[in-house]
Amino acid sequence: MRRVNRNEKTRVTLALNGKKLSAEAEPRLLLSDFLRHALGATGTHVGCEHGICGCCTVLIDGVAQRSCLTLAVQVEGREVTTVESLAGADGALNPLQQAFRNNHALQCGFCTPGILMSFTDYLRRNPKPTTEQIREVLSGHICRCTGYAGIVKAVEEVAKSAP
Amino acid sequence: MTTQLGKPMLRKEDPALLSGRGRYADDLPVPVGTLEAHVIRSPHAHAEIVRIDATAALAHEGVWAVITGEDVRKLSDPFMAVVKSPIQQWAVAVERVRYVGEPVALVVAASRYIAEDAAELVEIEYEPLEAVIDPLAACGRAAPLLHPQAKTNEVHVREFAYGDTKSAFAQADHRIALTATFPRQSFTPIECYVVVAQHNPAKGSYDVLANFQGPFSMHPVMARALRVPGPKLRLRIPPDSGGSFGIKLSVFPYVVLMALAAKITGRPVKWVEDRIEHLVAASSGPNRVTAIEAAVTKEGRILGLKLDQLEDYGAFLRAPMPGPLYRMHGAVTGAYDIANVDVVNRVVLTNKMPASLIRGFGGPQLYLAIERLMHRIAVELKLDPLDVIRKNLIPAQKFPYRTAAGALYDSGDFLCAVEIATGQGRLDELKRRRDEARAQGRKYGIGFACVVEPAMSNMGYLSTLLTPETREKTGPKNGAVSMATVNIDPLGAVTVTADVTVQGQSHETVLSQIVAEELGLSVDDVEVVLELDTAKDQWSIAAGTYSSRFAGGTAVAAHMAAGQMREKIKAIAAKQLNVLPEDVELMDGKVRSRSNPDNALPFSRVAATSNWAPTLLPDGMQPALSETGVWTPPELEAPTHDDKINTSLTYGFIFDICGIEIDPLSYQVRVDRYVSMHDAGRIMNPMIAEGQIRGAFAQGVAAALYEEFCYNDEGAFLSGTFADYLVPTVSEIPPLEILHMESPSPLTPLGAKGLAEGNCMSTPVCIANAIADALGVTDVPLPATPQRIHDLMEGVTS
Repeated sequence: MRRVNRNEKTRVTLALNGKKLSAEAEPRLLLSDFLRHALGATGTHVGCEHGICGCCTVLIDGVAQRSCLTLAVQVEGREVTTVESLAGADGALNPLQQAFRNNHALQCGFCTPGILMSFTDYLRRNPKPTTEQIREVLSGHICRCTGYAGIVKAVEEVAKSAP
Repeated sequence: MTTQLGKPMLRKEDPALLSGRGRYADDLPVPVGTLEAHVIRSPHAHAEIVRIDATAALAHEGVWAVITGEDVRKLSDPFMAVVKSPIQQWAVAVERVRYVGEPVALVVAASRYIAEDAAELVEIEYEPLEAVIDPLAACGRAAPLLHPQAKTNEVHVREFAYGDTKSAFAQADHRIALTATFPRQSFTPIECYVVVAQHNPAKGSYDVLANFQGPFSMHPVMARALRVPGPKLRLRIPPDSGGSFGIKLSVFPYVVLMALAAKITGRPVKWVEDRIEHLVAASSGPNRVTAIEAAVTKEGRILGLKLDQLEDYGAFLRAPMPGPLYRMHGAVTGAYDIANVDVVNRVVLTNKMPASLIRGFGGPQLYLAIERLMHRIAVELKLDPLDVIRKNLIPAQKFPYRTAAGALYDSGDFLCAVEIATGQGRLDELKRRRDEARAQGRKYGIGFACVVEPAMSNMGYLSTLLTPETREKTGPKNGAVSMATVNIDPLGAVTVTADVTVQGQSHETVLSQIVAEELGLSVDDVEVVLELDTAKDQWSIAAGTYSSRFAGGTAVAAHMAAGQMREKIKAIAAKQLNVLPEDVELMDGKVRSRSNPDNALPFSRVAATSNWAPTLLPDGMQPALSETGVWTPPELEAPTHDDKINTSLTYGFIFDICGIEIDPLSYQVRVDRYVSMHDAGRIMNPMIAEGQIRGAFAQGVAAALYEEFCYNDEGAFLSGTFADYLVPTVSEIPPLEILHMESPSPLTPLGAKGLAEGNCMSTPVCIANAIADALGVTDVPLPATPQRIHDLMEGVTS
């Protein structure tokens, strides 16, 4: 494992949404801050910085993680996937995004990227979850606008059309 | 009748927000050289600031300034307040701190990380003082004074009398009373406050980006504090905001603080509030203690009502407070036909964070008292609670109905709403479930709540707190101005701007629907740009997004602006089509003759005439490039000499029923069934309407069962993380059945009323009534946590 010194900036290189990028980071820099301010990927939002709201969830090597509880230096050499990767190059929404739109699963949209990333990971592992399973995954996120009903319906819609 | 409105149209906002392409305040570029700020906050609930030594912090590499109360006092003026008093309040504490989390100093540095490092080097010496947390204790003679110069913590008292309450109480068979205590809470938007401030010394002006929500009556407050005329404070609101629910009004002291920091450092300054700061100090709804008493006949008819409302605003009464105490004033008798009512409104200050706007805005507090009382009347008189409600509801034939305190309820049929909601076996099923549960020894209860939901506030309502004599002297305050503009570009494309701040309410979609319908276009033909800029956009003091002002305000203004534009387009086209303007219609992107639809021109061609060939316009017409709709409904009159006030423009109705059961082991309240009946006038987009209702319902459940800002007796704040302050997740939100009826408002051209706050008002008390029914108790403290339910059931007094 690479050693980093407390007061020195380190170059962190990662694959962000398939593109190799690198930038300087202090060892204490949060991954959420690194993504947003060093790499300009502002689609990932910060809601609580103590791991409860789930707003900042990204995929690290395909697994959903809180980027506010991860240091930038921890993703050296790894693949990070954020909400910016979900739509097609032409802006076409993917089935999960489209289902969110169809079911009014978002209002202010601030918590949405984290929820999308959690389900991007989860639906890959379990493409046809039950409503109970959907609710359990969603319970790792806080949304203040919607009352959650639309989000559950959106994921149900995706699950229903999964092969 | 319509082609666009009333449809569950998908949102135009969504593609960007679902793709990480939103533009929230912290996503936007900042000027090169922008510094970052960190706020040092008080660890004490009440203390004198003896000394602040920033020497070591200032020596830290990357630090530009440490700004204290002394700097702020030199460079700014205290904030103007609604209630006149000798109390001064500034953007950071001056001489004394009055709540845990109060800003004491600001460290400005090259980055937030450095600013936080340096903050640890700032030495602050405090002399602790005794704190007072309980609002009743704060009114006592022995209570420590927060603001000694005010000589009291009870900074506002006014008594109101409508009708002849004394006689009503003398005639009544029964007097039934209770005390209702509404707790402190916030709805904690997931995006916290963000401010980026710049100062231009050459012009003496400030340019500030902030996720402020309005009302823009706060703009003069901020400009005055900065000692500049309004135009020298350019306030810009980002295109997206991560929720607000009333809370983002209270970013305003930080707008002033960061503006001062920009002036002091000569650099742009950015501050992003973190969650810990947000919970401890951003804003809270006010807690209220209401002593309510009804004069009732033996049949359960209410002849008169008395309310003594003591509202606790924390350490300062900031403008536009005490809004929650007066916003509901005209509607203080709720959904009931009660001619006689006496009200005492009292404001007290305590050592807690200042309270301010919050979704529901005075409604949850008022209805907790009224609807708990309705339930209590039924219990004490051994009547059916629903019969007591029915006996007192305002009958349909009395609409439009003028309440005792002056509100003009525009339309409705409350009894019909109750019949619909309880019908189709809904209530019978709940009763069956209750009987079955009780037969097995389980604790099951049914609750009801009737709520009149006001929307679009009369900006004059707060002047009700002044005596009629003072109002006479200061001049009448009334009305509420809404503005929206429709612009047409050189190729005939349509753009809309409006006086709202975006927080997730789908304004872009609904404004597109409204304008597209008037102009015979599709919603995709209408571009909506909502990033308010006080230097370039139209706005009034009423601008912003709060108190459900969109449906009855800005939506109407947009409808007017589009209608004005439509008439111009018709006149232009008439000349080109060789027909009379009355024969012209706008349909499917065409402007055509009604009698001969083949005689048509594309909308874009006609609209573009104003740019390319203005001399072809009808004689005397100004080119159809821009039309602003300005809407100010005449019904929003100033308070009368006898203190009657029509506090809002439209009044919707909600009737809720729920069944709850108490878990015998965990003492948790489980909501078994919940039905919410809404009459919000005409629904503009059913999908968005449902979203607003579900969101408010979740917050209502949160208020009933989970969320509370807790302080101990010394004023320490106990709810400082999301692990302590319990925001419901999906697991805590029960299923909800929503029903609708439509009594269009006769006072707005669209007939729409507000609907986004109602369940914040109805759900806490509906659940509280069900708990009272389940346990047979008189007092139900909120939030009804397992601990509190345990104490109720085991007879423990806290």
